[in-house]
Amino acid sequence: MATEENKNGAPANGSQPASQQGFVYLPLIVGWLVPGGGHFLLRKWVRGALLGASILSMFALGIAMQGKVYAGGHEILDILGLVGDLGNGLLYFVSRFAGWGADQAMVTTADYGTRFIVVAGLLNVIAAVDAHNLRTGRKS
Amino acid sequence: MIFRPTHFAAVLLFALFASIVFGITQRETPRRMVRYGIYCFVLFVVSVIALSWIMYLIAR
Repeated sequence: MATEENKNGAPANGSQPASQQGFVYLPLIVGWLVPGGGHFLLRKWVRGALLGASILSMFALGIAMQGKVYAGGHEILDILGLVGDLGNGLLYFVSRFAGWGADQAMVTTADYGTRFIVVAGLLNVIAAVDAHNLRTGRKS
Repeated sequence: MIFRPTHFAAVLLFALFASIVFGITQRETPRRMVRYGIYCFVLFVVSVIALSWIMYLIAR
């Protein structure tokens, strides 16, 4: 393959393949903002639907369990929770704007809900990076 | 609407959704995605049951 393409899959004559044209970070950004959106952008409908449904369900269940939506803080665990929550993209901002979730986890299921919301955000970041890898040709 | 699952139901839901995302993102072909997703789900559930028994025996 070294004679025709470089290691990124681009042809040696300098022209870009179809998968390399345009803004390569668009699926990453769209995938972060909307769960599964990056895969939809790349016409991976089934993968996008499954990822979106999984992440949305996890986030919705976390909210329904009265989980805490982190708004900031000075303690390291609060900051890490905020970073995880931010992975949900628009869902996080909508939930903050709408006042969803609880300020404090008062019961055990609310503690689970808090973890569901954080993990939904982390899974969404994984999905967005996967969309970016599909876009760059690192994954088929 | 408030949702209050049992501890085990919460674990199963967590394992299900995490396994779907892991399967799709960590493998390339649909067949391998399904197999890896099932593998992750089983590993989640078996780990939880094993750790639960260990904690139960320690607490006795």
